[in-house]
Amino acid sequence: MKSEARAAALFLAPALGVLVIFFFLPVLAGFALSLTDFDLYSIGDIHNVRFVALHNYAAIVKSDIFWTALGNTLYFSLVGGPLTVAVSLAAALLVNAKATRFKSLFRTIYFAPVVTTLVAVAIVFRFLYNPRFGAIDRALGFIGLPAIDWLGDPRWAMPAIILLAVWKNFGYNMIIFIAGLQGIPDELYEAARIDGAGAWRQFRHVTLPMLGPTFLFVGTVTAIGYLQIFPEPYVMTYGGPLNKTLSAMMLVYKEGFRWWRMGYAAAIAFLLCLVIAAATAIQMRFQEKQ
Amino acid sequence: MKGRGGTFLLHAALIAGSAITLFPLLWMLSASFMSNGEATTFPPHFIPHAASFEQYRQLFVRLNIGRAFLSSTTIAGITTLVSLLFNSMAGYAFGRLRFGGRERIFGLLLAALIIPAQVGMLPLFLFMKSIHLVNTYWGAILPSLASVLGIFLVRQFMLSIPQELLEAARIEGAGEWRIYWSLVMPLARPVLATLAIFTFMTTWNDFMWPLIVLSDQRRHTLPVAMASLVGEHALDIELMMAGAVVTVLPVLILFLALQRHYVAGLMAGSVKG
Repeated sequence: MKSEARAAALFLAPALGVLVIFFFLPVLAGFALSLTDFDLYSIGDIHNVRFVALHNYAAIVKSDIFWTALGNTLYFSLVGGPLTVAVSLAAALLVNAKATRFKSLFRTIYFAPVVTTLVAVAIVFRFLYNPRFGAIDRALGFIGLPAIDWLGDPRWAMPAIILLAVWKNFGYNMIIFIAGLQGIPDELYEAARIDGAGAWRQFRHVTLPMLGPTFLFVGTVTAIGYLQIFPEPYVMTYGGPLNKTLSAMMLVYKEGFRWWRMGYAAAIAFLLCLVIAAATAIQMRFQEKQ
Repeated sequence: MKGRGGTFLLHAALIAGSAITLFPLLWMLSASFMSNGEATTFPPHFIPHAASFEQYRQLFVRLNIGRAFLSSTTIAGITTLVSLLFNSMAGYAFGRLRFGGRERIFGLLLAALIIPAQVGMLPLFLFMKSIHLVNTYWGAILPSLASVLGIFLVRQFMLSIPQELLEAARIEGAGEWRIYWSLVMPLARPVLATLAIFTFMTTWNDFMWPLIVLSDQRRHTLPVAMASLVGEHALDIELMMAGAVVTVLPVLILFLALQRHYVAGLMAGSVKG
C-alpha cells in the first residue's frame, strides 16, 4: 500500500507538474495581473508595475469597445451555437436512419471538416466569400440573387463567420448525437408505435427527451468553445468591418499582445472566464429543470 | 421514412449535405493546381486547365514554407510523444494505484476543464519570456505536455484492467515501473493510439499560443505562417490554396488512415463523461 502510494506520486509528478506550472499557476497569476497596471513599461522594468485594485475592471465596463466585443461574442455564440447543434442533430438523424446505406462513408465526409486546420479553412472561406469571384456569390447570382459583400459588409460579416463555424464544427457534435441515438432502446420506439405515434411524435416524445444528457454535453462544449472564438475573425476580418466581428478573445489579444496593456487584457480575459462559467451553469440548471 | 420515396429523399439529403461539406475542400485542392489568376476567371471552372505545380514550387522555393512544415512537425511530434508518456503515467495512477486523496485530486482536475487556458496566457507569456523560452520550440511545446482530457481518457481505460492482474505481478516481485511499462502499456495500446492522434491533430491545428510565443518568422508553425502570408498575398488565391492544402492534408490523411481510433476516442470521452 505504502509503496503503491510512493509509486503513484512518481507517476503523477510529470503530468501534474506541467499542469501546475503551465496552467494552474498562470490562471491564478492572470487574476493577480488583472489587478495591476502591467504594460509596456513594466516589461522593460518590472518595478514600474503598480497595484491598481479593480481599476482595470472599472475602466473596462465603461469602455464601449468591451461591450461591442462582448456583444459580438454573444451574437456568435447564441446564433452560431444553436445552429451548429441543430445541423449536427439533423446530420446525425440522417446518417443514423435505418434505411441509410454507406453510413460510415457519410459519417466520414461530415466529420472531415472537424479535423481540418481552422486557419487554413478560414483562408479558403475568405476566398469563397469574395464578392467578385467567390463561389458563394456566383451561386447566388446563378439563382438570381444579388451578390453580398460577405466579409466587407458590417451586417453580413458575422453571419459569414457563423456559417464557417457551423461547417467546421457540426461533424463533432454529430458523432456524439449518433452515440446518443444508438443508446436509445428500440423498445421505446416499439411502444410508441403501438400507441399510434407517427414519425414526428416519436421524435418529439422519445428521441428528444432521451437525448437530454447528450444535449447538455454538446451544448456545454459548443458554448465553451464558441465564447472563446479567435482564429476565425483573426484570419478573415481581423475584427472588422467597423469592429462588427471583434470577439472578446480578439480584444484580449489586441490589448495584451499588440498594445502590451497586459493588466487590462488580463481583466478582460477574467471577465470572459466568468461569462463562460455562467453559460455552463445556466445550461446545467436548464437541464435539471427538464 | 417509409417506402422507396422516403429512402430516395433520405439519400438525396445525405448527398446534398456531402456536396456542401466537401465543396470547400475540393475547391481548395483544385485551385491549388491552377496557374495564377485561373481561379478568378469567368465563367468559373473547377477543374484546372492544365495541372500545374507552380504554386507549390513558389510556396516551397520562394516562401520557404518547408521551414514552417518542419516547425509544425517538430512541435506536434515531440508534444505527442512526451505527452503520451506523461498522460498515460498519470492516467494509470488515477485509475489503478491506491493513494490518499486520489478522487479529490482527480475531481479538481476535471473541474478545471471549464477554465479556458486563454485566461493564463498573458502570465504564461511573461513567464516564458523571463526564462528565455519565447521564440523557441520549447516555449510552444512545454504547456501541452500534459492535458486533463488526456489523463481522463487513459484513466477511463485503466478502470477496465482487472486489479488482480496487477496484484499477481506484484506478488511475483515486479516493480511498479515494470508493471506499468511491460504489462499495462501494451494492454493500453488502443487508447494510446486514440490519444496520440488527438494530441497530434490538436497541436498541429493550434493557433493562438504559437502565434503569441513564436513571433519570429523563422519559428512559425504552418497555421501562423499561413495567417501572416494571407495578408501579403490577399489576391494570390491559387498560391494560398496550395498553402492551405499543405497545412490541412497531413491531418486529413492521418484522420482517414486512423479514424477508427479517433472516433472511438471521441465517443469514450463524451458518453462516459
